[in-house]
Amino acid sequence: MTYPDDRKYTKDHEWIRLSGDTAEVGITHYAQQQLGDIVFMELPEVGGSLAAGESFGSIESVKAVSELFAPVAGEVLEVNEALKERPEAVNADPHASWMIRVRVSDVGAVEELLDDVQYQGLLG
Amino acid sequence: MVPFAGWEMPLEYTGISSEHMAVRTRAGLFDVSHMGEIEIAGKGALTAVQRIACSDPAQLQVGQAQYSGLLTPEGTFLDDLIIYRMAPSHFLLVVNAGNLAKDFVWISEQVKSVGNAAAIDSSSRYALIAIQGPASLEVLQPLTGAELGEIQPFWFSYGEVANARATIARTGYTGEDGYEIFVPPNVVDKVWQAILESGDSAGVVPAGLGSRDTLRLEAGMRLHGMDIDETTTVLEAGLGWMIGWTNETFIGRDRLLEQKADGPSRKLVGFEMIDRGIARHGCRVIQDGAPVGMVTSGTQTPYLGKAIGMAYVPIANSALGTTIEVDIRGRTANARVVKMPFYKRS
Repeated sequence: MTYPDDRKYTKDHEWIRLSGDTAEVGITHYAQQQLGDIVFMELPEVGGSLAAGESFGSIESVKAVSELFAPVAGEVLEVNEALKERPEAVNADPHASWMIRVRVSDVGAVEELLDDVQYQGLLG
Repeated sequence: MVPFAGWEMPLEYTGISSEHMAVRTRAGLFDVSHMGEIEIAGKGALTAVQRIACSDPAQLQVGQAQYSGLLTPEGTFLDDLIIYRMAPSHFLLVVNAGNLAKDFVWISEQVKSVGNAAAIDSSSRYALIAIQGPASLEVLQPLTGAELGEIQPFWFSYGEVANARATIARTGYTGEDGYEIFVPPNVVDKVWQAILESGDSAGVVPAGLGSRDTLRLEAGMRLHGMDIDETTTVLEAGLGWMIGWTNETFIGRDRLLEQKADGPSRKLVGFEMIDRGIARHGCRVIQDGAPVGMVTSGTQTPYLGKAIGMAYVPIANSALGTTIEVDIRGRTANARVVKMPFYKRS
């Protein structure tokens, strides 16, 4: 599995892809594999603000519930409603399945996250 | 692989949902060798089993099995089990792996006090695999001389499977047709492989603990340690039908008779979610902001594609169609009481 190099990663197995000062957030291939068949997602309201590390929702498989954490601080601009209707899309294509789009408070904070090589190193 | 009752067992092989669907549409193969087997034999065996089990084993013919409970004097579940009558005075009890040690100690005490019988833990002599699903008969038949179609549900027969000496029971924990096959541990590998090969063209797949749980939930089957335990009576658990009232000696009978007369104050019901969300074990049932019950099992199951579960609720909230509120990690969501089983095979 090659992890795309157009984004950053976190220890919680999420990715964040920056575009100017907005970013999309999702979970990695490893995360969806660990979860198994995803059946349900809880995502935040548009307009809310998130602190770095704050929970912004949850993702559930048949066997488990996992919380989703904001990689960096920001304001929720958009939520992927289509993904809530078809959560199994996260298993099928996790790196294309953005969950929330945020306006990032501090772009520098994104740079400090793991790149694709460092993230893969984490996975061993 | 995950630790389970002292064993390492697969949660899944190819995925919980795909294994679940395979069992509902074709067949799946489960390694359930972890289950405990306790045998009771001797002139006093029937008396002993009647003392410990809340069904009436006197009703069993040789070759027949029944679902039952080992109860405390309060009528609550030490364990649930299946009792097989191997001979007039010889019974095989298949119990949950996690309760084997406790069950055996308690059973031994009871058998000793009844007298003229002995109980042995023969778990290490039995490996057990279960083939479950509509294709079970057709996949298993080429491997055995036993006439599988003639074994009625909850009956068993002796024979060989893939040349291994076997006891073949038409029982299971999925809500599908199927067979549970007891073989000596030294040959179970060969039997497992033979069934997978025979079933390859029919699309038989190995299935793990994850799908075992989602399948039994859809079929409305209780899981000891989750839905039933030493704090829940047979009547509260909605399992009054397993009681053999003609058995006048079982431990817990007096308390259950009282509760039958008064009516239990709570009941285990099936529910399906109305609002978004999945209620799982531990989620509280709320009424007017106060906890009144608890979800004991729940998930979104692959075949039905809905979030369902079981919960203890006060009797007043237990009628079919009643709306109940569940607390899912701080958010209140509505659910509806529905009939169990959630799924019944055609």
